[in-house]
Amino acid sequence: MAQDDVEKIREEKERWESCVDKGDPNRFLTVSGLPIDIIYTPADIKELNYLQDLGFPGEYPFTRGVRRNMYRGRLWTMRQFSGFGTARQTNARYKFLLAHGETGLSVAFDFPTLYGRDSDDPMARGEVGKCGVAISSLEDMETLFEGIPLGEVSTSMTINGPAAVLWAFYIVAAEKQGVPSEKLRGTIQNDILKEYIAQKSWLFPPEPSLRIITDIMAFGAERVPKWNTISISGYHIREAGSTAVQELAFTLKDGMTYVEAGIKAGLDVDSFAPRLSFFFNSHLDFFEEIAKFRAARRIWAREMRETFKAKKPESWLLRFHTQTAGCTLTAQQPENNIVRTAFQALAAVLGGTQSLHTNSMDETWALPTEKAVLIALRTQQIIAEETGVVNVIDPLGGSYYVEHLTNEMERQAYEYFEKIDALGGMVKAIEHGFPQREIAEAAYRYQKAVDEKIRTVVGVNKYVLEGEKLEIPILKIEPEVEKEQCERLARLRQRRDNARVQRTLKDLKDACAGKDNVMHAILEAVRAYATLGEICGAMKEIFGTYKEPPMF
Amino acid sequence: MAKKLRILIAKPGLDGHDRGAKVVARALRDAGFEVIYTGLHQTPEMIAEAAIQEDVDAVGLSILSGAHMTLFPEVMRLLKEKGGGDILVFGGGIIPQEDMEQLYRMGCGKLFGPGTPTEEIVDYLKAKFPDRV
Repeated sequence: MAQDDVEKIREEKERWESCVDKGDPNRFLTVSGLPIDIIYTPADIKELNYLQDLGFPGEYPFTRGVRRNMYRGRLWTMRQFSGFGTARQTNARYKFLLAHGETGLSVAFDFPTLYGRDSDDPMARGEVGKCGVAISSLEDMETLFEGIPLGEVSTSMTINGPAAVLWAFYIVAAEKQGVPSEKLRGTIQNDILKEYIAQKSWLFPPEPSLRIITDIMAFGAERVPKWNTISISGYHIREAGSTAVQELAFTLKDGMTYVEAGIKAGLDVDSFAPRLSFFFNSHLDFFEEIAKFRAARRIWAREMRETFKAKKPESWLLRFHTQTAGCTLTAQQPENNIVRTAFQALAAVLGGTQSLHTNSMDETWALPTEKAVLIALRTQQIIAEETGVVNVIDPLGGSYYVEHLTNEMERQAYEYFEKIDALGGMVKAIEHGFPQREIAEAAYRYQKAVDEKIRTVVGVNKYVLEGEKLEIPILKIEPEVEKEQCERLARLRQRRDNARVQRTLKDLKDACAGKDNVMHAILEAVRAYATLGEICGAMKEIFGTYKEPPMF
Repeated sequence: MAKKLRILIAKPGLDGHDRGAKVVARALRDAGFEVIYTGLHQTPEMIAEAAIQEDVDAVGLSILSGAHMTLFPEVMRLLKEKGGGDILVFGGGIIPQEDMEQLYRMGCGKLFGPGTPTEEIVDYLKAKFPDRV
């Protein structure tokens, strides 16, 4: 558009605005608190250069999408994060979901597993199988995937501190099914930086954690080439209360930190960068979320090509999984959560996600029932096959508002990058508690806005049903799960070759203390049926543990 | 002069969800209480000991992991055992109604579910300790 035209539009807008009541500017903010104008015009995106800033899908800078034909070629993977109780119970749920059209698996582990502890660890009391499935050994992993051909499905595992060990369980479980590691497809989250920032399931201090991650990247590049070795995650940062910009900025900065670590460890950036994937939250503010996804792709492509000098186009791609925002669901009138989730899922699709989890309506109360999870899956299928939104790529591209917001997200993310660089990089910033404080601050601001009813939460601070009774069924995890799991472990410890376990654990400690890739020693210990807790315990002896300074 | 109300906010077990605990700690501090936050991954023993050492009036446990039926009774039992039986134990998190009722019968203070305004927690504590500021 000619400069004169833009100038004319700006003048006309000013004239028009002078006769418009825009309302209280403090009331019209995004969910993250960004002030929003009443209308956007070409004057708001006059710097935008179509070919440079947007381009075409599947081409640099990928703002409009990472594949040339996007959903016309292949829909996103419908992947419901799922796991509860014992491996056997969860195995049945996976088979149920696959039978109803799910296209990928996603394992939710319980807290003890996330912390690298066995089900019979004293710290695990009361938590076994509660927030996910309990997996303490190769035996549990074999049960988890019994009757599911690992050469054919793709599996995502939300596991971080002990990611190397759970991945090794999976690789060996596949071996036992006769599937070589080269054929395996899936993702381990393996994003330790966001653990210190938000999810808080760490095992070791940051430095050894980064070393394990580079070992995983190197092993994956060589032996499990179709596996995404890190899923750099903003999801938990957002759930902990961050704004959209904080989610974007901290996640991408974490990603850059892994890239730097890989390069520093002597790896060729193009050998591992194509296997990095991302994981974002899709929150309630529809356009803000779409802008966030678009900005993420553009920033990553630019940083990978320009800053890290990656040469392969696959290294520039920001591929991502999305989960709708658990923190927006309400315990009150839980059926309304179906509607919230549908809007969030639609934002993820319009934002070009590669994979999607839709939350179930009952998830503020417990892990979902079969009925609830089926509605969540159906929500994705309705978006994909009934609404027609998959026909056109990036249909909101070119919207003055969305393009302006995309630019704004990007600009503010770079402001955070500068602040983090000034603190000496992400690891130092975390040690200073910088991202943690920013998030806690945003979470408190949000809660105050809800308390003061500046922000509406339907069914919670407005449109409340007095004397509401919960009318949906809730999944309950029986305490027998813990008992059963402990007994199973005791039998395993008796049955296996314990001398071999000890030998492999000793070798693992040597690998940790030296420079060998730890994956080989972990795989050997796993083959000997050493448990998760034993393997992580051996590694802690060398690497130490981490404690967060409490702050609020 | 009346003594300030002292509250320990604690995260027992392996549960890493600390958004709620931090928001509540902050809201109680803003309401004028003295607030100590334990940080993550505390055992019931650590929490009971901290409560007694810090001479608090109440302990607020935040549990979103489903382990509440193990951890609440254990903290209450240990407080009694260590001579802190008069310390109020209250809390919040994802706790089904029937579990709440069972915990109330065991002598647990009020349990606040998702969607609770922070002011409700402040008001509850003020009403429980009317002689404090």
